Amino acid sequence: MTELIERPAADGGDVVVVDDHGGAGHDAHEHHGPSGLLKWLTTTDHKVIGLSYTVTSVLMLVIGGFLAELIRIQLATPNSTFVSLAEYNQLFTMHGSLMIYLFAGPFAFGGLANIIVPLQIGAPDMAFPRLNALSYWLYLSGSLIMLLGFVVAGGAADFGWVGYAPLSNALYSPGAGADLWIAALLLTGFSAIFTGVNLCATVFYLRAPGMTMFRMPIFTWNLLVVGILILLAFPVLTAGLVMLYCDRHFGTHIYTVHGGGVPVLWQHIFWFWGHPEVYILALPFFGMVTEVIAAFSKKPVFGYKGMIFATITIAALSLGVWAHHMFTTGVVLLPFFSIMSLLIAVPTGIKIFNWIGTMWGGKVRLETAMLFAIGFVITFLIGGLTGIYLASPPLDFFTHDTYFVVAHFHSVVLALVMGGMAGLYYWGPKVTGYRLNEPLGKIQFWLWFIGAQMMVVPQYILGLLGMPRRIAVYPNDPQWATLNQWATAGAILMGVSTLVFVVNFLYSWKRYPVGNNPWDAQTLEWFTTSPPPHHNYYSLPPIRSERPTWDYNHPDQRSLAHGHHEEPAPAGAPA
Amino acid sequence: MKVEAKLLLYLGLFFGAMGIVYWIWSGENAGGMMLMASMALGFLPGGYYLWWGHRMTARPSDLDDASIADGAGIVETFPGSSIWPFTLGCGTFFVGLSLVFGVWFAVPAVALIVWAMLGAVSESRRGGGHTHNAHG
Repeated sequence: MTELIERPAADGGDVVVVDDHGGAGHDAHEHHGPSGLLKWLTTTDHKVIGLSYTVTSVLMLVIGGFLAELIRIQLATPNSTFVSLAEYNQLFTMHGSLMIYLFAGPFAFGGLANIIVPLQIGAPDMAFPRLNALSYWLYLSGSLIMLLGFVVAGGAADFGWVGYAPLSNALYSPGAGADLWIAALLLTGFSAIFTGVNLCATVFYLRAPGMTMFRMPIFTWNLLVVGILILLAFPVLTAGLVMLYCDRHFGTHIYTVHGGGVPVLWQHIFWFWGHPEVYILALPFFGMVTEVIAAFSKKPVFGYKGMIFATITIAALSLGVWAHHMFTTGVVLLPFFSIMSLLIAVPTGIKIFNWIGTMWGGKVRLETAMLFAIGFVITFLIGGLTGIYLASPPLDFFTHDTYFVVAHFHSVVLALVMGGMAGLYYWGPKVTGYRLNEPLGKIQFWLWFIGAQMMVVPQYILGLLGMPRRIAVYPNDPQWATLNQWATAGAILMGVSTLVFVVNFLYSWKRYPVGNNPWDAQTLEWFTTSPPPHHNYYSLPPIRSERPTWDYNHPDQRSLAHGHHEEPAPAGAPA
Repeated sequence: MKVEAKLLLYLGLFFGAMGIVYWIWSGENAGGMMLMASMALGFLPGGYYLWWGHRMTARPSDLDDASIADGAGIVETFPGSSIWPFTLGCGTFFVGLSLVFGVWFAVPAVALIVWAMLGAVSESRRGGGHTHNAHG
């Protein structure tokens, strides 16, 4: 069944959806398409695909989080025998792999981006709906293949989520687990590439009339830049994995010394993907937080163009910093990578300044989404600042492969989870038509926020004391044991927080219906119904600024072109 | 279309400049080569958009003062639903398994992928533009 989408002939008019069954009308498809399981298997609707992505990736978060709790239980006591050394290697490898490859990225650019980007620019769907569906099936099959590692003989992959050569070759890591890991990353890699293509094409070609590039919401801008970064970075990883597979099975010696290969080449290739990947993960969450802070401060985004410039600058610089993960190999150009890494602090600082500027003088409403957004800014700031230390080679030599690094990137990724939760609480009502319970959400936030700090702060100290990462047992040192117990307590608080989220989800199921725009938000997606109809819009408002819904709902407080101010009403004045 | 072109071209320019500095300074080939390829990924689509942006009239989505009515009419044809992405996904799942558990998994993999490609192509040929074909 094919559907021809027409735009209305006037602002506020009806969008006409015509399908090939001859039925004209916005819900014509509802009566003709397949139903039940077949409807889900055959869907090309970006909202359904995005929701499938979101549910699957949150499931991966829960599984990955469960593995993390096992790791923390093992480390709660010195010389622990809770798991064996081999099991511990599998635990931290699969924890990292699930969280990075199967949760953080797919949740952001597959889940929320898929749902929200077409809505924010007034598009009826993603540019390539069938490719979009294929992305999800590739992601799902990749996830299943990676999880299969737990049931094959020899267990899951156990060489760390970075798969460094030569440890990952057939000699040191024989068995199906490692191959399943490679196969899974090949599939999810193609899934990401297709999503990147889709995001770029959608933003370039399907914007509504008047939605110029510099009127797109920051979330959409960030996802466009993420789409470009995916196209730059993921093919490199895919190529690297193919070469790794050839080394393991076809007798090539690309990453082995004795055949004339170069093991450190894997690190170059992996981190040439891996560092842009850090920003592929982070930028969508930056976007979510920007939207949430603007909506709950009732102000336009402060420094809108500066935000976009910062996003592009972060993306550009992120391709020149890969070897700051390799300072201790002794074969990389230290000053180049140190300078480039330190430079990234500038656009990131602009973003943090602008988030504070957006809240400044606004009517801040501390609802759950906003709490998560503020928690994100604080926690991300801690992770970002310790990243500046690590960008300095002398400090990195001292802390490389210690818990200081572990704490640094967990500050960052735990902040990203907060950004994701802010996005779920903020956009959930738009997607489902129902919001979640607020008091439970606030309990969830405080448990997560306190738990996150309680886990990473002792780990920073442990790292400076010299505790290496990836060790399953440590000697009976009272100082290390106490700090590790604090970290474990923090991890358990975050586990409880996740349970509160699940309880909230079940408790709030269809309990709190909402209207089109429950938060009095500003961007275009809040103009349509909650949930949006098939192909998204019955009608569109005139688009004259980066917040068309606000202009429509508050004609007395219209946004003006940049640099122009309507005197005397200050931003955020009561309507 | 010009903003899109500039975005890609400036990124390509930056990667090119950074790549030249890095390659000359470090003499390390893998990174230098990857940065040059990144430059190409900025220049190829960016150059196309620039070329095309100078030849097309601005679209309603490029104009500050466009009204919704300026974009009235057909936006695009979208598939309402399709089984072929799922079929293709099943095929690639078996490709993944064949990399690990043996080549024989490639038999269902190739069968499903070929079937899905034929199905998707014929669906596109049948579907596109047949809007007035009731119950077609």
